[in-house]
Amino acid sequence: MDALRTLSKASWSAKAGVIIIAVYISAAVLAPLIAPYGETEVVGEVWEPFGGATLLGTDQLGRDLLTRLLYGARNTISIALATTLLAFCIGITAGFFAAIVGGWVDNILSRIVDILMAIPILIFALMILSVLGTSVPTLIIVVAVLDSTRVFRLSRALAMDVSVMDFVEVARLRGEGLWWIMRREIFPNTLVPLVAEIGLRFCFVFLFISALSFLGLGIQPPAADWGGMLRENAGAITFGILTPLIPAAAIAVLTIGVNMVVDWFLQQTSGLQGE
Amino acid sequence: MGLVMLVAKRLAFGLLTLFVISLIIFLGMELLPGDLAEAILGQAATPETVAAFRRQLGLDQPAATRYIQWLSKFVQGDLGVSLANQRDISELIGTRLTNTLFLAAVAAVISVPLAVMLGILAALYRNTWFDKAISMATLSTISFPDFFIAYILIAFLAVQLNLFPAISKLTPSMSLGQKLYAVALPAMTLTLVVAAHMMRMTRAAILNLLSSPYIEMAQLKGLSRSRIILHHALPNALSPIINVIVINLAFLVVGVVVVEVVFVYPGLGQLFVDAVSKRDLPVVQAGALIFAAIYVLLNLTADVLSILSNPRLRHPR
Repeated sequence: MDALRTLSKASWSAKAGVIIIAVYISAAVLAPLIAPYGETEVVGEVWEPFGGATLLGTDQLGRDLLTRLLYGARNTISIALATTLLAFCIGITAGFFAAIVGGWVDNILSRIVDILMAIPILIFALMILSVLGTSVPTLIIVVAVLDSTRVFRLSRALAMDVSVMDFVEVARLRGEGLWWIMRREIFPNTLVPLVAEIGLRFCFVFLFISALSFLGLGIQPPAADWGGMLRENAGAITFGILTPLIPAAAIAVLTIGVNMVVDWFLQQTSGLQGE
Repeated sequence: MGLVMLVAKRLAFGLLTLFVISLIIFLGMELLPGDLAEAILGQAATPETVAAFRRQLGLDQPAATRYIQWLSKFVQGDLGVSLANQRDISELIGTRLTNTLFLAAVAAVISVPLAVMLGILAALYRNTWFDKAISMATLSTISFPDFFIAYILIAFLAVQLNLFPAISKLTPSMSLGQKLYAVALPAMTLTLVVAAHMMRMTRAAILNLLSSPYIEMAQLKGLSRSRIILHHALPNALSPIINVIVINLAFLVVGVVVVEVVFVYPGLGQLFVDAVSKRDLPVVQAGALIFAAIYVLLNLTADVLSILSNPRLRHPR
């Protein structure tokens, strides 16, 4: 109830963002229920236009585009979300650990991250995927590990500030373990910037995985996914058919929606309440 | 003295980074579960073919020897042989690298002046409709995946209006004008992707300074807004602006990969993606090392330039 009241006072862009995210999540969750056809079911001719039996037309194999779009939400969003969460688990644990322990542990971890961040992430991911092959678990782990370097930087910097505070010192003197200090002292005090960062990292990972799928090296067909759908149907654009742009637009709209909510969240929590 | 030391330190770290990256890229191949030769030849290969293939790849030698050989040959320009078509990789990469750098250069020449100019204008006319319109436009191009921008441009400028070619073919016999026409759409896509970020940072870097006391002093002196921004704020904002420009150029060289695939542009990115899907590992290694080297060198340049353009470091007390 409280959340709803806060939301009703939010700016229009934050409301729009929340609505966008809600629509996407329900599409992802309810895909098997609301999709008119099966994920890989062939229902008509190749590249049928709008209207008729299929609301948005068909794709390059005659599958229903709307159905593919809904299942695409399911695949793309769940994989991006899993990757983001894994990246945060790795990044936060390593970042807090480096900040609290300090010394050579911090030095080694930070240098490893420096080196990993010096390689462009797309090139690095493509190289590893070429060696390990593309399967969903590999994809999630590879992208999560690469992305966790960014989380590491932030959580280390945040934990640095907190770990010198008196209450952490007290916990140490009380004899609390490292894990306890990370979980009960540092984590609650760094939560706000980390939550905002989850939103932004999710956008990045989501765009990144879509780009990999677009290159044919991410989520593999016949599973529906937005980047892959664009790749498969791009040929239609040269015939003046615009429906292949819908999955790409779906990617863009979700990214904008998440960004709007993050902006609002940051504004709320930083105490800079406008209007 | 302090300045020279800082730059030297940064250069040394850059070289070390390059070295470690080459090591990582090399070890990437070792990471392959099982044996590379078996993995590529498949289940049906006889032990003899596997052994011959291993010899061809030099896999029968210890890893350290192979690494040193690979790196010393790489530095001399010998990148090895492609597994897919047995061709010399340096030959394969040569023209493609030039093409990629040409596309990136065209995009940079358009986007850098455009972004800096728009950034200064947005700072000058801040909080007007002009500023807000630019801010909305840049925010949406940042959120769009680059292939989406590319296909929107194809759908409207190539297919509907028939202004530019949807596929960028490039042949050595083309004149510069023809080449520029061929890369118009990919260059435009890249410009939209990187200019947004550079413009926002330029605006932010200038606005960041506007609250400092010396700017307030200039205002109290009665200087005009444009004079304050161009003569007082801009020189101090130069360091972050240069930094963000070079970082975006580094991004450009990598972002080119997706855009090249969209426009079937004969560049290094396209070759790299093909090699990755064919698992042509020597080409992947060579491509990854070239991309990483360009990226590291540009980031290095960004850091060195921002050290050099910082007045406080240039004139130590």
